[in-house]
Amino acid sequence: MTVRECYEKMGADYDDVMTRLRTDERVAKFLARVIGDPSFAMLDDAVAQKNAEEAFRAAHTIKGICGNLSLSQMGKSASALTESLRGKTEFPEEALALYAQVKADFNMSAECIAQIPSPQV
Amino acid sequence: MRTKKKILIVDDSEMNRALLEDMLSGDYEIAEASNGMEACAYLRDHELEICLILLDIVMPVMDGFETLAMMNKNGWIKNIPVIMISAETAFTYIDRAYGLGAVDYISRPFDERTVRHRVDSNVILGEKQRDLSARLSDQIYEKEKDNRLMIEILSHIVEFRNGESGLHVLHVHAITELILKTLRKKTNQYEISPKDISLICNASALHDVGKITIPSEILNKPGKFTPEEFEIMKRHTLEGAKMLNDIPLRADEPLIKIAYQICRWHHERYDGRGYPDGLKGEQIPIAAQVVALADVYDALTSKRVYKPAFTPEKAVEMILNGECGCFNPLLLECLKDVQEDLKEELVVLSLGNAADKEIQKTVAHALKTDGADVSNRTIRLFEHERMKNKILSDLSKDIIFEYSLDPEMIELSDWGAEYLGLPATISEPRKSDFGKRVFRSEDFAKLLDDLKNTTPDNPAIVRRFVLDIKGEKTSCKIFANSMWADTEPPEYEGAIGKIVDVNDETEELNRMEQKANLDFRTGLYNHEAAKERINLLLGKGGNKKYALVMLDLDNFKQANDVYGHLFGDEILQFVADVIKKNVRSSDVAARMGGDEFIIFMEYKDSVLPQIERIFKHLHVSYKNFPVGLSMGVACTDGNIGYDTLFAMADKAMYVAKKEGKNGFRFYDEETEQKSKDKKERD
Repeated sequence: MTVRECYEKMGADYDDVMTRLRTDERVAKFLARVIGDPSFAMLDDAVAQKNAEEAFRAAHTIKGICGNLSLSQMGKSASALTESLRGKTEFPEEALALYAQVKADFNMSAECIAQIPSPQV
Repeated sequence: MRTKKKILIVDDSEMNRALLEDMLSGDYEIAEASNGMEACAYLRDHELEICLILLDIVMPVMDGFETLAMMNKNGWIKNIPVIMISAETAFTYIDRAYGLGAVDYISRPFDERTVRHRVDSNVILGEKQRDLSARLSDQIYEKEKDNRLMIEILSHIVEFRNGESGLHVLHVHAITELILKTLRKKTNQYEISPKDISLICNASALHDVGKITIPSEILNKPGKFTPEEFEIMKRHTLEGAKMLNDIPLRADEPLIKIAYQICRWHHERYDGRGYPDGLKGEQIPIAAQVVALADVYDALTSKRVYKPAFTPEKAVEMILNGECGCFNPLLLECLKDVQEDLKEELVVLSLGNAADKEIQKTVAHALKTDGADVSNRTIRLFEHERMKNKILSDLSKDIIFEYSLDPEMIELSDWGAEYLGLPATISEPRKSDFGKRVFRSEDFAKLLDDLKNTTPDNPAIVRRFVLDIKGEKTSCKIFANSMWADTEPPEYEGAIGKIVDVNDETEELNRMEQKANLDFRTGLYNHEAAKERINLLLGKGGNKKYALVMLDLDNFKQANDVYGHLFGDEILQFVADVIKKNVRSSDVAARMGGDEFIIFMEYKDSVLPQIERIFKHLHVSYKNFPVGLSMGVACTDGNIGYDTLFAMADKAMYVAKKEGKNGFRFYDEETEQKSKDKKERD
């Protein structure tokens, strides 16, 4: 699967990422890192502990990552989760559904990304 | 080769850091920190290497705004441009960052061209700014120096005409400075800044500039002035003031204003009975009050045509008694406070002055020839110093810690961190493993309190605590020095210290003791240590038989004279090695100094085989040089002391030497007789 095909499948904006990051190699390299990024595990933990502040930070970071790689669909979900948690000290109930959406997007994206051949080292 | 400039990326997201690094690492060296606290720790050590910081806003531990605040507090923000990065584009965020000194703002998601362009242009701007401010400070320094020089030349002309030594101006400068600094600590009534102090001190040199208008017959008259002459003399105050007032276009210069006050009013009295204007109390500007006091003090303690020099104690006493004018009581208190410092300061000034000038010249020269490179060289020196420290601390195998107050953190030396199994940078140390597990909480709090209660003059403390080091209770000594900012009053900043395992220290002492007992050249015991051990063995009793062998090299002097001392040393080492090989560990072998050795050994039936074996092994050639030796042996079954035994062996050796060297002799009646004969002949 090419990077462009992967982007189309993930609901992500290939043209946008190319104008900013310029090369397929770089985009592929950082896509591969998305799967292993610790922010997702942090988000899982924070949600499990109902820690609104930490969940906010993790969601915020994920939003940033999505922004960097123009992962529009997951970015939108992460953004919604971030906003629901912003400034909260108590963990809001509605955030759980938003979290589930981020997880779903992440799993789907991870599957797609795994199909890009690993970059030549 | 040009080294790459270094950028610090501060972002909690590893992905973001990696992305930025990917975009920038072609042109820059990259350092990373995952939150503000780490960034501060990094800046503390590497401030001068960093040419730009990319700073995220939302981060754990210490966020971007707090980091900016900390950079302001530590003055880093002045030299290092900060570009904020965040997906937060709300204007309040942006404004707040600019308000705290950020120079630019990049919003996420990153665009490679934007990132590189903004970073490049801000790095170049920052560099230009640093370069300009370095040049400017060089120029200011030069200008200041020229100013002072001109003032000094001018006032010296006045002094020499006045027949004074030329030191008066320097003394008044020094006294004025000491009194003003003390006054500033005592009260803020006069609102004197450090800059004012330096201004007043420089202007003080001009206090008598008006004397240039006074005819020299009057100025240098040795006897008492007539009333008319005194009136003329008094005019130097107004004349000086007028001269300063008439300097075209400069009347607004602060230096001129202050100098005017000093010239005109340094003969006023606090009670209003001075001249020329009869000002009273606080009507007299403080600059003139202080210089007046300094002038009187120096006049009293210096020799003049009309009076001898008084001692500093006498001078202070006279001034306090009101014998030499009337001064502000607060200034008199200051004078009392600084009188000890004054004594030292003035002695240094009169003796060390010439040398001091030379140094200034050298510095000025270095500045001139190096030009704009000075600051680069400073950075290199600083970097070198830092490397040196790191290597030394690694080598020393001590746990070295640096404690800083704001933000409160501990930095451990690399070796120390590894040894304790802790991170090198520890934020909130009181709540950390370091402050709660390694130290007991109350011990750690006490250590920090004790450090805080030290003074800049007396910053060192030593404390003993039981620490938990790798799970073991270990008795440790903490040596620490508090550190103070160069402010007035000095502000406590933190401390540097080391933790020394006292158990290791004890072992080290034993090793040292062992070393001190040894003869350094041969590794055998020295005479003192041998004597102690032999007496110990003799004192044990138990019907054991011992022999003391004294051994002297026959040809040693010749070896030294003909082949040199190095060869002599080789022979001593050779003999020592042979002896070591041929004695048991329970025996005692020592070099007594020179070419004499002793061996003390236990034996069962006869000692003869042992003696013969040693003699045989030493009665050889070393590198074709015949070593040659004479030995005297004394035996005992344990009821005599070392000194007696030693005397017996000595006598036996004397006889052995006398009988043609290269042999050994036991002590007996005959040797006793023969050595007695010798004594009588002598």
